[in-house]
Amino acid sequence: MTLFIALLVGAGAGAYGFRNALRLRPQLRYLAGAAFGVLGAAVVSGATKGCAYGTDVDSIQNVIGVAIAGAAGLAAATAASSTKAARGAEIAKQRSELRTGTYRLGWWWPWLLLLPTLIILVVFLYIPAVQTFTLSTRLVRLGAPNTIDVCLSHFTELLVPNPWMVVVLPSLSVAVIWGLGMWKQRALVGSASYNLATTLQPLGVMALLTALYFMFSGGTNGYRSIYLNTVVISAGTVLGGMVFGLAIAYLAFQKVRGIGVYRTLLIWPYAVSAPVAGILFFMMFDPTAGVIQHLFDGFGISFPNYRESVSLARFTVIAASVWKVLGYNILFYLAGLQNVPIEQVEASVLDGASAWQRFRYIVTPALGPITFFLLITNLTYAFFDIYGTIDYLTRGAPAGATSVAIYEIIRVGVDNRDIGRGAAQSVLLFLAVIGLTIWQFRRSEDRITYGGVG
Amino acid sequence: MSFSAGVRRQGIIRGRSWPIHVLLVLVTLAIGFPLVYAALISTQGNPDIFAFKLTPGDKLAQHFDDVWVGRNLGRSMWNSTVQSVLITVAKTILSLAAGLAFVYFRFRGKWLVFFFVLVTLMMPTEVMILALFRLVSSLGWQNTMTALVVPFAASATGAFLFRQHFSNLPSELAEAAQVDGASPIQFLTKILIPVSWNAIGALAVIQFVYGWNMYLWPVLIISDQKNQVIQVALQNLQGIDVGLTYGPLMLAALLASIPPAIIFILLQKQFMSGFSIGADK
Repeated sequence: MTLFIALLVGAGAGAYGFRNALRLRPQLRYLAGAAFGVLGAAVVSGATKGCAYGTDVDSIQNVIGVAIAGAAGLAAATAASSTKAARGAEIAKQRSELRTGTYRLGWWWPWLLLLPTLIILVVFLYIPAVQTFTLSTRLVRLGAPNTIDVCLSHFTELLVPNPWMVVVLPSLSVAVIWGLGMWKQRALVGSASYNLATTLQPLGVMALLTALYFMFSGGTNGYRSIYLNTVVISAGTVLGGMVFGLAIAYLAFQKVRGIGVYRTLLIWPYAVSAPVAGILFFMMFDPTAGVIQHLFDGFGISFPNYRESVSLARFTVIAASVWKVLGYNILFYLAGLQNVPIEQVEASVLDGASAWQRFRYIVTPALGPITFFLLITNLTYAFFDIYGTIDYLTRGAPAGATSVAIYEIIRVGVDNRDIGRGAAQSVLLFLAVIGLTIWQFRRSEDRITYGGVG
Repeated sequence: MSFSAGVRRQGIIRGRSWPIHVLLVLVTLAIGFPLVYAALISTQGNPDIFAFKLTPGDKLAQHFDDVWVGRNLGRSMWNSTVQSVLITVAKTILSLAAGLAFVYFRFRGKWLVFFFVLVTLMMPTEVMILALFRLVSSLGWQNTMTALVVPFAASATGAFLFRQHFSNLPSELAEAAQVDGASPIQFLTKILIPVSWNAIGALAVIQFVYGWNMYLWPVLIISDQKNQVIQVALQNLQGIDVGLTYGPLMLAALLASIPPAIIFILLQKQFMSGFSIGADK
């Protein structure tokens, strides 16, 4: 029964994924899409031996199983319909780049050049990636050869025990994102309605973040707290890093004597490692010997111990990370500021625009692409590299308040030797990265199509 | 698009320059503060630190001796150097070869290989670190330099950087090389590499800093102190339970930051112009 629903959902998702395959007639298009969808769902079901569909497991496993089947169907159909288009586009691109200078030697020449790269990517990226998914469905102890199939129970542990919440919450947030997108698309560019829709865009992201918050299991051992830590610390790092980065880069872009020296002095924290950033802030915020403590003592104010205060611990981790990413952000914003249309700046000066108006209406829009690029790279930093900072600064303390997703993966998978559970958490992080990449890809596609320039 | 072009332009803020100087000096001091403070602490003994003295102490030599001889930090620095240099060299060579194949050869399935490499950009090692740890352990590579280098020897970023760079070069280069009967390897070493120093320099900075600053992977795969890299070896100096030794810890953290800083300063020009290649595309 559940298997049937899973295949049906897969077919529906597949038909949706094929909606843009314009070369086919509509009926045929949806039929082909549904076929690919069923195929994708069936492959996934077969790989897991349909373990999530039985009546002997939690209903929440059924729900996740169906969702996975749907996702697989969508993925299969999207891959099938876009591969052809992508292949055509890539081959056309290669033709247009076709130079008279290409070598005509044995067919094995290019393969020989690519072979080392391909072998390393397969062995150390593709194989571990697949293994992460298989390990996440098994009970695996570090160092022990035997494993036990546990189906999706590692994932259900991370979620609230209510299947309705798991279905309704993400659907609601997707509806909000989709609705806002439709609104913006329908509204006349420049109209009040359009501007309001643009202002409300961040609501979609917030809806998704809130839905996820309520989807993860609460309680002291629930994943909700880890999720919250990750969101708070990533958001703080990214916002702080970008706001300060832009402000400082704007300052360092001015034409004054010795600006090259200033720039070098501002950019070098790029070379400092995340662990060293952790050590430096460990010293500054040290409750007995640190400079911050001494300063507050000097004013007669008692400063709390950051290793015991939840909000201060998070703030310290964020401060260290912001400091660490600043150099990188300043570097890229300085490069981006070269693209600001200088004629418009000159004209606005003649029109009597204030410095803030120039910044708000001319400089900020020109930096859009760089800001988005930095958003993605800073998020990657806050997801992964922050491990070194946290390990030296707080070790996840107090009471796990600074334990972010990657830190928890290592705590569970290596310290507790529970690789299966760690792998399940890795899959969640993997999904987040894939989601971000798709977002990034779609956004850059939009820009190329509608902005005229890439 | 280079920084010198930007310097020749007028700035966006108008008016007197001294307020900008004041602001820049303040910001530079704020950003530099953690390191200056660490440098101060590294010269002081614990009594000075607790007394919050702002003058340099006289313990620097003693701390250096403690860290370099007592803790054998030089050994870890050497391990990190070997690892970073090997990663940088391997990634540069493999990326150059991949760029050469992508731009100067036509072959069946090129688009497929292209996508195969492209997809790895959304596969950060960290999300599969447990599986990679299990895989590399099963190969018996624990505590070896092999484990620290080989999994990171290929780079999709580098392959695309050189692909981009080579396809912006005039095709007469390749034609001339072929007329002269140069093999692809000769073409690469005699022509492409000499005209690509900026891109190579930019990639080298990124990869060296990446290798030197790597932390999570060595934490997992290296347990033997004599094979440990510097970023992890710093842990030994942070032993909270054995009584804090702030001075040696700060000195070690500063020493650990010197090599990437040197590489960064030496290759700063290439780094910036190499980046503008990517930003221009």
